[in-house]
Amino acid sequence: MASGDSLRERIDGALAGQSARTVTVLSSLLAIEDELGYIPPPAIEQVARHTGSTINDVWGVASFYTNFRFTPPGEHVVELCWGPTCHLLGAQQIIQAALQALGLSEEGDTSDGKISLKYNTCLGACSQGPVISVDHKVVGPQSLGITGGDAMSEHVAELVSRLRNGSS
Amino acid sequence: MPTYEELLQEAQSRLLELEGGGKPWIRVGAAVCGEAAGASETLEAIRAELDRRGIDANVSIVGCLGLCYAEPLVDVQKPGGARVFYRNVTPDKAAELVESCVAGDDLRPDMALAYTGRITLDGIPRLDDLPVWNRQVRIALRNCGHIDPLDIYQYIAQGGYAALDKAVNQMQPEDVLKEVQDSGLRGRGGAAFPTGTKWGFLARSPGPVKYILCNCEEGDPGAYNDKGILESDPHSLIEGTILAGYATGSSNGVVFIRHGHEGPIHRTERAIEQAYELGLLGDNILGSDFSFHVEVSLTGESYVAGEETALMESVEGNRAMPRARPPFPAQSGVWGLPSNINNIKSLAYVSEIVSRGGEWFAGIGTEGSKGTAILCLSGNIALPGMVEVPMGMTIREVIDEVVGGVPDGRKAKFLQTGGPLGGVLPADLLDVQLDFAAMAQAGAILGSGGIIVADDRACAVNMTRVLVAFCQYESCGKCFPCRLGMTNLIEIVERICHFESRPGDLELMRVVGQNMAAGSLCGHGQLGWNPVQSAIRYFQEDFTAHMEEGRCPTGQCLSPVFTPQRTRSRWTSAQPLELRF
Repeated sequence: MASGDSLRERIDGALAGQSARTVTVLSSLLAIEDELGYIPPPAIEQVARHTGSTINDVWGVASFYTNFRFTPPGEHVVELCWGPTCHLLGAQQIIQAALQALGLSEEGDTSDGKISLKYNTCLGACSQGPVISVDHKVVGPQSLGITGGDAMSEHVAELVSRLRNGSS
Repeated sequence: MPTYEELLQEAQSRLLELEGGGKPWIRVGAAVCGEAAGASETLEAIRAELDRRGIDANVSIVGCLGLCYAEPLVDVQKPGGARVFYRNVTPDKAAELVESCVAGDDLRPDMALAYTGRITLDGIPRLDDLPVWNRQVRIALRNCGHIDPLDIYQYIAQGGYAALDKAVNQMQPEDVLKEVQDSGLRGRGGAAFPTGTKWGFLARSPGPVKYILCNCEEGDPGAYNDKGILESDPHSLIEGTILAGYATGSSNGVVFIRHGHEGPIHRTERAIEQAYELGLLGDNILGSDFSFHVEVSLTGESYVAGEETALMESVEGNRAMPRARPPFPAQSGVWGLPSNINNIKSLAYVSEIVSRGGEWFAGIGTEGSKGTAILCLSGNIALPGMVEVPMGMTIREVIDEVVGGVPDGRKAKFLQTGGPLGGVLPADLLDVQLDFAAMAQAGAILGSGGIIVADDRACAVNMTRVLVAFCQYESCGKCFPCRLGMTNLIEIVERICHFESRPGDLELMRVVGQNMAAGSLCGHGQLGWNPVQSAIRYFQEDFTAHMEEGRCPTGQCLSPVFTPQRTRSRWTSAQPLELRF
């Protein structure tokens, strides 16, 4: 299968071209995630071969870190911070509004494959809270043109709907 | 390779060119806080407007000045003029700023925050006169927000790498170690272990290959100062790491950062590359006999990866699960070789300690806690940001006098310090000093320096739920008392939030918590009970209202609540956990 071959080639390319000076199971998995956005099942075996470890070991590492996923992500990845700071500034309302706008009951992918919604324990921009991240870029109220967190939930609902409808 | 004098000369002439080369110099704060506020778009808008007007200017990024409430923060310095900082320069204001301040000569006091420089301006305060600035003592954050983190020469022009040159060419390793021991520096990652003592263990371990691990996992919600330093001044960390290597006779450094934080990762990698290019890393550093190598190691999302033995597992590419001690890292660490794990903030102090002497550092702070506290303040606070103040200042002084107090006329109800495991500290204990022992006595930890302020609209039970949910989600699962205990705790706290508590729930949580403390390898399980314990201790009335009166005094628990969990036990609803003896 041509598509399977090209996937294998991309994985091999990511493994060979990884920036880490010390190559490990984890560094290899991270390189594949950077390249593809997820860890496809054949990658597990390729990582095992590349690092001289077992498939079992590689699955052990891949299933441990919460950033790894095993199916292709949606077109856009939206992360919602629920850390204590964002919690105080309205994260619960934001999570609720985003889930509602996307018709989801918890974190996951929309059925049309447009959006992957993920909770995050801390996006590291607490002073700008409440924050979310859209395709790995952190977004706070200020960059949405609002002050404070109160209006944020409506804006996030609008933003994810817009992303889903394809006009970002 | 150039000598240090040659590097310094080159750096100074480059800086002179930037400041006095006849062009305006525009700097945009572009650390994660600035980016979240739209700094990239602002930078782009400024460049576009300069192009449109045909203005030739130096445009560069800087890191985080710490005044995160004012982001995006842009400063303009015209040849011979003051450096004027402008606050909240969103992309739509960029053109206006260029028109008035760069093309024209209007300094726009209405948009300005402050200025620095030798001349005096009317209508704009000096940065040194701002309350948020004038009580700060900036040592580790000395360059943050002032230099371009991508340009090693700007770091050198501020005196960077002078300490390294002094150390490798004029001092013996034990002299460097002695300065750090004399400084009284204690680790800033949370455990507050004396840095010099820790280095002493490693110095006595046999070489030749020994590791200095720099911990920027920084998973604590509310703290972003490690990432802030790497994004704003990565060379201060690199220089501190090399000095640690020299003092302990080590050969390798590893900067450990969580995957996904592109700013700190990219800037640290760039800094390492530049240091190699100029002979500040690699073999025979600055013409001496000392050789040292540094690389970046990325970890996946895992809070426990910040624990020192779990960190070593992660560097080796495994699951980030703690190891039993002994052997301690100084004997057998990463790859089985002698290792030291240091926090980014601790290492960022080191070059200043070597330059100015341990005694100077020991003169700042309190008897038991020397130096400064690097704090990230967020939550219900007027001026959220990153500040560096002397140890010994009270938390109340920091909150009310430095970062503007609680906004909207509200009162502080509690603080959450030192990460989720630190629990909550009630507002009536705000007069506690920033001091490791004083804070421990009050039942809190300074930890990594995150302080989250909650005002009187916050429910202590609801906050406990979030903290416990975090700890449950992040339990690595190795020790069953932690893995299962956290799940038990979140189930119980959740049902308290839903007004469905059972008699004896508080006692049940205490038993679970004590088992976790006794049966876990690392602090995650050992302290996992702390958020519940501190909340029950200080906010008994909030628990009573939920458990006995079926009401939430703040109303926070009335709206739907989401509790992300890594694994939910399947029998929760059918067979709720009960106390059985």
